[in-house]
Amino acid sequence: MRTMTFGRAADDALGQAMAADPRVIVMGEDVPLLRRELLVRFGPKRVRGTPISETAFLGAGVAAAMAGLRPVVEVSMADFLGVGMDSLLNHAAKVAAFSGGRWTAPVVIRVPCGGGYGDGGQHEQSLWGWLAHLPGLAVVVPSTPADAGGLMLAAISDDGPVIFMEHKLLSETWLEFLGSGGRTTVSYDVPAQGRTGEVPRTWAPVPIGAAVLRRSGTDVSIVGVGVSVHRALAAAEILQNQGISAAVLDLRTISPLDEAAIHDTVSGTHRLLVVDEDYGGFGLSGEVAAVALEAGASFTYARVCTRSTIPYAREREDRELPNEQRIRAAAEGLVRS
Amino acid sequence: MTADPWHLYGLMLRSRLLEEATARLWEDGLISGELHLGTGEEAVIAGIVSHLRDGDAMALDHRGTSALLMRGADPGLILREMLGLPGGLCGGNGGHMHLFARDLLTASSGIVGAGGPMGVGFALAAEMLRPGSVAVAFFGEGAMNQGMMMESLNLAAVWKLPVLFACKDDGWSITTPSAAMTAGNLDERARSLGVPAVVVDGLDAVAVWQAAQRAIERARSGAGPTFLHARCVHLEGHFLGFALTRLIRDPLREGPGMAGPLARSLLQPGGAPGQRWQGVKTVAAAVLATLRDPRRDARNDPVARLRAQLTDPARLHDLEEDAGREVVEAVAAAVPEVAR
Repeated sequence: MRTMTFGRAADDALGQAMAADPRVIVMGEDVPLLRRELLVRFGPKRVRGTPISETAFLGAGVAAAMAGLRPVVEVSMADFLGVGMDSLLNHAAKVAAFSGGRWTAPVVIRVPCGGGYGDGGQHEQSLWGWLAHLPGLAVVVPSTPADAGGLMLAAISDDGPVIFMEHKLLSETWLEFLGSGGRTTVSYDVPAQGRTGEVPRTWAPVPIGAAVLRRSGTDVSIVGVGVSVHRALAAAEILQNQGISAAVLDLRTISPLDEAAIHDTVSGTHRLLVVDEDYGGFGLSGEVAAVALEAGASFTYARVCTRSTIPYAREREDRELPNEQRIRAAAEGLVRS
Repeated sequence: MTADPWHLYGLMLRSRLLEEATARLWEDGLISGELHLGTGEEAVIAGIVSHLRDGDAMALDHRGTSALLMRGADPGLILREMLGLPGGLCGGNGGHMHLFARDLLTASSGIVGAGGPMGVGFALAAEMLRPGSVAVAFFGEGAMNQGMMMESLNLAAVWKLPVLFACKDDGWSITTPSAAMTAGNLDERARSLGVPAVVVDGLDAVAVWQAAQRAIERARSGAGPTFLHARCVHLEGHFLGFALTRLIRDPLREGPGMAGPLARSLLQPGGAPGQRWQGVKTVAAAVLATLRDPRRDARNDPVARLRAQLTDPARLHDLEEDAGREVVEAVAAAVPEVAR
């Protein structure tokens, strides 16, 4: 085992995939600088900077994948996917369906997402629910360095389009780039277990669609992804002292959901608490409840989500994003009711 | 009408001083996230904004502080917004990339290129609701590679809308040199869509003022849009603390460990928050000292360049003292609210 930071783990796995398969290329905004180590290793034909033209390079990435490449396309932030959304909504997600499964687009879209560092409501959105809504797109959200690398490898190996979402609070590169800018006068609530952790010597894919139980518990099942997993684990620790035993399920993949894992944990606790940094309405939090109900589970339910456009003001942002206090209060509410 | 260099200098200096003050607050950790300064593009902004009047609209990018200030927004409100205070321009909701002032018909976006469609829409409303009014869209040359920007030029041209497309060209698309990412010629691109292109030295406020006057008069008269291409420099690069600039300069030292331990909490910044604005006094004094330094090469700094043309030392002194005091007082009033 090695110890690695989150962003480095994703890059390391990407490098392993590039070394193994010459069809894997990287392209996107600021790539020559952000992926300079890969640029030095694989050269400018395989590590390409793009203009600020999301419509063109996202769409081109999808078509290049259809025509035989394995592109990893980087967009600076999930929020900016809006500019090139047509290539995901109407093309990447539809190729397999339209061709009757005869053709696919094995493209990886790598996007930083999430907030907690004061960048405002147009640069801190999660948006995985919006993406996962579309049949034909896989969406993964790792919460640890090991999963960042393993899911990156799985995404590249997958024959369909995969959105790889990299939380900016976990990725040291992005947090430094956007959050601190070299300052020591700011600090953000970075989950240590998500930022740095043990990773394998050689990367193996972490299967897409497989959740992992981070903590066992009998009273309530807390389900989430990304930073929310760490917030849930912190809350579970305190709940334990109050006599409440909380399980924490890290979905790791939003689409396809690991329905069996959700059903398993909820069947044991009969209380479901979904923690989602994405917006509450019409998204992951409701979907998790729906699949558990469809599977026949019986449970009481609560959710802790982002409810509105994320305010710039730091204190208010920290209250708006799911935090340990809100998770604890919701879990207590479920257990006491 | 001719340009009034004193007026332009007053606008530009206040903008420079305010932005240098916000840079200090960012360094102190009182402004979180990114901070994109407009230092270096003041001549472009002043030369255009000083033509605007009631009913005119502005579509700003992620670097909009300067334009909003010069358009007449209260610096205290802007500062409070950046500090995330309830008394800010937008109640602390938007932050510096998302500044909105309805009374000034001014909106911002952090999405590169979004100013294009916004400018076109503001111009459409101007044509139909406020004849004789115009819209200005500010954006960088990197944004010219966004499809929505080219679509906006086309739409404005076919509808002959009263919009000025103000391209602030510093040669960098975030971290990538624009020349390597841009085919052909931006002026020809605009012209090919039926939008006249005017190239101007963006470091020369009077030249920008003159070019903008013609373009805005043309728009007011119903003759349609203009593409104003002004080259400038961003004195601080894309944003403050530009990590990648540091990486380029010294990758071994600044590389993986650069983030370092984030030592102090944002909301408990330590030291003496009530005295923080005092530092701004020093910053303002330093800016003025730099501008006043005769040894300094003024060619790359639009503020210094215009200052060198002003020949009444007593008037200059008064103007600078007033501007410095205004900014220091605005900061002194706003910052203590953070500690509450």
